[in-house]
Amino acid sequence: MEFFLISLLNSLSYGLLLFMLSSGLTLIFSMMGVLNFAHASFYMLGAYLAYSISGAAGYWFAFFVAPLLVGVAGVLVERYGLRAVHKYGHVAELLYTFGLSYLMLEAVQLIWGRSAVPYGIPEILQGSLFTLYTTTFPKYQAFMMLISILTLLALYLVLTRTRVGLIIQASLSHPEMVESLGHNVPRVFMLVFGGGCALAGLAGVIGGNAFVTEPGMAETLGTIIFVVVVAGGMGSLMGALLASLLIGVIQTFAVAIDLSLLDGLSAMGLGVGPGAFGHSVLSVTLSEVAPILPYALLVLVLIFRPRGLLGKREN
Amino acid sequence: MSTHYLIGNRPASRPSSRMLFIWLGFAAVLLLAPQILRSSLLHTHLTQMGIGMVLALSYNVLLGQSGMLSFGHAAFSGLGAFVSVHAMNLVGDGLLWLPLPLIPIVGALTGLGFAALIGYVITRTSGVTFAMITLGIGQMVYASSLMFPAFFGGEGGVSTNRVYGDPWFEWDFGPQIQVYYLVAAWLFICVAATFYLTRTPLGRLLNGVRDNEERIAFVGFNPHLLRYMALMISGLFAGIGGALMAINFEIATDEVLSLHESGAVLLFTFIGGTATFIGPMLGAVIGVLLTKFLPDYTAGWQMYLGLVFMLVVVYAPGGISSLIKPGLGVLRQTMAQRRYASFLGLALSAFALLAGTIILVELMYHRAAGATGPLHLFGMALDHQGVMSWVIGVVILLGGMLTIKPAGRLLFERLSAGEPALQGVPQ
Repeated sequence: MEFFLISLLNSLSYGLLLFMLSSGLTLIFSMMGVLNFAHASFYMLGAYLAYSISGAAGYWFAFFVAPLLVGVAGVLVERYGLRAVHKYGHVAELLYTFGLSYLMLEAVQLIWGRSAVPYGIPEILQGSLFTLYTTTFPKYQAFMMLISILTLLALYLVLTRTRVGLIIQASLSHPEMVESLGHNVPRVFMLVFGGGCALAGLAGVIGGNAFVTEPGMAETLGTIIFVVVVAGGMGSLMGALLASLLIGVIQTFAVAIDLSLLDGLSAMGLGVGPGAFGHSVLSVTLSEVAPILPYALLVLVLIFRPRGLLGKREN
Repeated sequence: MSTHYLIGNRPASRPSSRMLFIWLGFAAVLLLAPQILRSSLLHTHLTQMGIGMVLALSYNVLLGQSGMLSFGHAAFSGLGAFVSVHAMNLVGDGLLWLPLPLIPIVGALTGLGFAALIGYVITRTSGVTFAMITLGIGQMVYASSLMFPAFFGGEGGVSTNRVYGDPWFEWDFGPQIQVYYLVAAWLFICVAATFYLTRTPLGRLLNGVRDNEERIAFVGFNPHLLRYMALMISGLFAGIGGALMAINFEIATDEVLSLHESGAVLLFTFIGGTATFIGPMLGAVIGVLLTKFLPDYTAGWQMYLGLVFMLVVVYAPGGISSLIKPGLGVLRQTMAQRRYASFLGLALSAFALLAGTIILVELMYHRAAGATGPLHLFGMALDHQGVMSWVIGVVILLGGMLTIKPAGRLLFERLSAGEPALQGVPQ
């Protein structure tokens, strides 16, 4: 029970962080049809900027300013880069963001060096919030969950209850119609791109010190959030939420469970000796399989349900 | 049904005597290159270029010919490399008979087999879905390499020894030059095979799937099966490339399966150009130049690599090879019409762009390295701690950026005034 509850909390906070990253990505994906390969690089940029700014002006200042700066960077990328390659089609746009992720990694290593930076948790959020049986639950993890939920609530309200949100939603499904009604759809795209990047930046600000702020952090999460967006379904925020939590649960629980098929077989009374055929495959434990589970989910979803878990349309 | 009317207007193919001449010339270049570039380091680089060409050609069967963007090419080449290493070890232990020059067949069968196994379900769609599914498959194969240490050798990989058995016509393939000729022979086979693939009805149909899938389905072919075939062909050649890698390095580690490897193939194929047949081969040459030679001169080689890629994506989506023909045309017209002044203007601003970028990038890396002395570049000493060098770099770069478009437009206007046929050249 203790293991179950703690793992559930861990997977919730991880899943919510994933959703913060993927919500922006899924909006961008469904609007422009382009999967932003550099999205996780903006997450990394957010963490590094927060590290530098919090060193100079404190954590709370960085908390507000770093995501804004990342958002501005996103707007610039869209306005002066992506828009130029838009005419060559989605593959060119995907390649553009792929190249951008290369350049951003180089730039980050150039500015902050190739090793991890000591981006710490502010003093007020250190320590544990409560103790569950014998395991302590850190304050910062609760803070992360709170911020994620607040952001997502705000995002939901903006998208469904405001005029801006209505225009964004309309541009998702009927861009030509919105354009003929006199709205500047390219500018909506630009702002959504910037907003999505700002969300990624915010995820970097709160995730960078919970995990490690290092040049490899974009790569660690980059492909995972692709899985979330694609598996969740094109243009579906709820699908992205579902997929984020699912992957959070899968990864957190699988890492902790040290059982293999072999154990299952021997529990059923079937002993398989070390010399038997397929022993090395059967003896792989669930925790060892954990890294491939998200990708397996992606491949399975794309094969059996190409529009994603909650998606409404294909491409 | 017959396919001849589908192929319709076949692009005017060159007379066969000229094609024979080109193939003989290519073979001569492959034979003579290591005799002209005589050092074992250069032989290593030439070998890697050859392997890179095989991989890029196999990748272009997907990207250029069939319009399928894959992020998981390393799964095919990497598995080919691993199975080849195991085959070489088995032969070395005397459990199997297979001379080294035939090892790439093992790689080819592995790549083909893996593509046949997974290909049918993943080639149902192209575009972004295919790109994502290949990313997932590539990552799955990469992640499983640490799960099955018995086959993939864990973090250390599996090593082997390419010198085994009886020498093949007095060659034991120990020296690098002999490995080069082995790679060159397989490269020649792969180039010929992929080139003639573009001339077959299947090759044309793949172009059709790339350009207009609905039309192909309408005429009575199954685009899904055609894409499946493209993936298998690509997997076969990727497996050959992987086997050549295994022979060259005598080791296969999980690195050959990683996203970096898939990304590198994509990067260089695209930089070289997917629209022409020689594009991927040019890309492999550029790839070795950028990743093997450049690091000796600058710490910022990855930055240059990224910049080159971005420039190609934005300004030359057909790749560098697509610039050769128009570039030569402009040069010829400049000579013919004696527009040297306008041409010099364009060249100067291009040079400023290049020089400004290099100065700034080098200054940044010099600063990041924590150096105390000034940076020596082009025979100048630039002090990275002062403001002056940075201002110089920015001014030169801005000068190039602001003048390149007007200079280019001027040259084209002048040239097309004298030669109306040139007006179609992209500016």
